[in-house]
Amino acid sequence: MDIVSTQQQKKIHPHKFTLWVAIGSIVMMFAGLTSAYIVKSSQAAWREIKMPTTFWYSTAVILLSSLTVQWAVRSFKEREMKRYRLLIGFTVVLGSLFVILQWIGFNQLWDSGVQFKGSSGAGQFLYVIAGLHALHVIGGVIALLVMFMKAFFGKNKNYSSIPVEVASTYWHFVDILWIYLLVFFIWIG
Amino acid sequence: MSNEANLHGHTEVVTTHPVHHDEHHVHHHKETFVTKYIFSQDHKMIARQFLITGIIWAIIGGLFSVLFRLQLGYPEQSFPILETFFGRWAAGGKIVPEFYYALVTMHGTILVFFVLTAGLSGTFANLLIPFQIGARDMASPFLNMLSYWFFFLASIVMMSSLFIETGPAAGGWTMYPPLSAVRQASLGSKLGSDLWLVSMALFIVSSLLGGLNYISTILNMRTKGMSMTRMPLTMWAIFFTAVLGVLSFPVLLSGAILLLFDRNLGTSFYLSDIVVNGEILSNEGGSAILYQHLFWFLGHPEVYIILLPAMGMVSEILSVNSRKPIFGYMAMVGSLFAICILAFLVWAHHMFVTGLNPFLGAFFVLLTLLIAVPSAIKVFNWLTTLWRGNIRFTPATLFAIGFVSLFISGGLTGIFLGNSTIDIHLHDTMFVVAHFHIVMGVASFFGMFAGVYHWFPKMFARYLNNTLGYIHFWVTIIGSYLIFWPMHYQGLAGIPRRYLDKRAWASFNQFADLDKMITVVSIIVFAVQLMFVFNFFYSIFKGRKVRTQNPWKANTLEWTTPIVAGHGNWEGEIPEVHRWAYDYGKDGRDFIPQTEPIGENESKDH
Ligand code: HEM
Ligand SMILES: [Cu+2]
Repeated sequence: MDIVSTQQQKKIHPHKFTLWVAIGSIVMMFAGLTSAYIVKSSQAAWREIKMPTTFWYSTAVILLSSLTVQWAVRSFKEREMKRYRLLIGFTVVLGSLFVILQWIGFNQLWDSGVQFKGSSGAGQFLYVIAGLHALHVIGGVIALLVMFMKAFFGKNKNYSSIPVEVASTYWHFVDILWIYLLVFFIWIG
Repeated sequence: MSNEANLHGHTEVVTTHPVHHDEHHVHHHKETFVTKYIFSQDHKMIARQFLITGIIWAIIGGLFSVLFRLQLGYPEQSFPILETFFGRWAAGGKIVPEFYYALVTMHGTILVFFVLTAGLSGTFANLLIPFQIGARDMASPFLNMLSYWFFFLASIVMMSSLFIETGPAAGGWTMYPPLSAVRQASLGSKLGSDLWLVSMALFIVSSLLGGLNYISTILNMRTKGMSMTRMPLTMWAIFFTAVLGVLSFPVLLSGAILLLFDRNLGTSFYLSDIVVNGEILSNEGGSAILYQHLFWFLGHPEVYIILLPAMGMVSEILSVNSRKPIFGYMAMVGSLFAICILAFLVWAHHMFVTGLNPFLGAFFVLLTLLIAVPSAIKVFNWLTTLWRGNIRFTPATLFAIGFVSLFISGGLTGIFLGNSTIDIHLHDTMFVVAHFHIVMGVASFFGMFAGVYHWFPKMFARYLNNTLGYIHFWVTIIGSYLIFWPMHYQGLAGIPRRYLDKRAWASFNQFADLDKMITVVSIIVFAVQLMFVFNFFYSIFKGRKVRTQNPWKANTLEWTTPIVAGHGNWEGEIPEVHRWAYDYGKDGRDFIPQTEPIGENESKDH
């Protein structure tokens, strides 16, 4: 009994679908946070910030990782397993690098005097929002690591491309989410 | 991915093409006690886990209300039993005012989230979705199991907060800052509030995992012939419930995270210009109203998350037991949809008098009053379904009818509150307490009871005792009205909610006897709920055995499974569906199951 019976095969796979719903849910969370930001930014005692420059590097890194993950999916479908493993490995490294760069950016910001204590402002939101985003990236890195391990050590050779596609869709999503947040911070902030 | 593999937990096994497609054999796997009863991935077992955990929480939450009702009814008296339960929180047999806040906070949190959200949706979504759409299990049994265990963890954390030195959270079930955000503000604002927030975060993860699964199962795993419009209304209701949850809980999560930051790291999202005990806090520029927006953006959908599953079950049970098709199926679906949309657009009616711009308020009045339209459509359809039906008054039917009655009463008082000008007078009074207990609390409980009485045979292959069921129903419906109806008068007279002792106001003394009556009735109603719990557990082991596959002569698919359905639900192939779920009393036949093909001479309507 397959999860996808023959008559359902034209439809989207349930796991992919579940991911889309989950993405909707994550979007709502960040929509809540960014609209809170908008509401607050018009109130008294709001402090502006200057974006740390490392965020530009991290943006480049995450954009690049979207390319590698997409290429990995292609390699998987073409059964180029060696290239697939390599590219998944690359994506994991880039994803981790992104998180590290974000961390460095937070530290720059912190050292420039934007800290938790005291009156409210863009900085406090930035830590929370970008921090939560980084958590989502870490989740993606862990998922990719699992796939990487499986590609090397898995007992059953897995020829279904669904898990790979699900992981890559999620990866593109956190990428786009970051671009949205960046544009948001620059525009509104 | 093979579902078989999914069912048994090793998801790596993958079949490339649909081999051994439908010759499902009801698993020969050996199951240990742990995989069968504890870390089960079977939707039927998970449903039972949710139900029983919910029952335990309901007893605790209910008991709290009875105990604080003692004090509300008899403010001058002291009750040794309170000291037995609460120790120094009720020294000398009188509840300490601070602890009263903790009790109402816990009562609300437990019943709203742990009982009527997780207990209700968790039980019936898990039990009914695979059964009624014709699936072997959920889209992801593993996520489903995780959903229960996150709920369990949340329960542990919330439960542990009851036993810490400074007591549980005491800021109300809505946890408004600054009270909930400033540690020095009260005892309950110390560790108890952190535990509350952590527990809610775990709870939100649990509901999201559950909701994702419900949506994707309903949309993707329906059996052959089960188009969306052939689904029973329970499925539609659960579907919309899950959509509400998936879109609104994350917003509460973001609100809770910001609150955690304010509490522990000194940020000022919600705090500004605060002086506690002569000490000036450094927080500036925060807005407490911001929290209310984030909270009620979840909070209002949440009340419908609680109500919709009950609506769905009531629709199904009323149709089955009046032996008539549900009246206005598409209107029922449409009104569920309308409620679902409107639920996201009315949150600020909870904030009319807490600093909301009155101009904005006017729009929220309009949108709020619009909800009355789909609500009225549903009530009309339930009543017309009953009208001239061949009604079988089982306990489930009675509870379903009781639900309709309560929904009408509570909906009408909602219209009072929805007008912002009237709300200036009524906000934060006992009137609001009466409104939401009737329309949400008691009504949803009635839907849940109806569901338990109706599907108990499917869950445990035995019947609940009917006589106890009738006693349960009559005492509960009369008792609930006796408890909550008078509260409207108290609220209109201006008695605020959340006040432990109001003897200082001479004008409120006229209600002293009323308060005593309410307390006495609460005790009786609570005792009868314990009787139901007894009935429940007794019947699991000793109840009358179910001997026919389809005891209620119902059309839906769950009654085509074996009396004790194994893992995978159907022994042979999953049946194909040929018609909607409501062909009762058609062409002179009492009922026509969904699996029966349309006959040649059958009349057209479906
Ligand atoms: C015609 C339908 C309804 C209208 C117009 C309506 C309106 C309102 C309004 C304006 C309030 C705020 C009162 C205040 O705090 O001053 C309120 C409170 C509340 N309503 Fe309704 N309501 C309706 C139906 C429902 C339903 C169906 C439910 C639940 C299933 C519900 C649950 C609640 C709850 C839980 C509260 C109180 C929350 C709190 O402050 O603790 N209402 N309602
Ligand atoms: Cu509301």
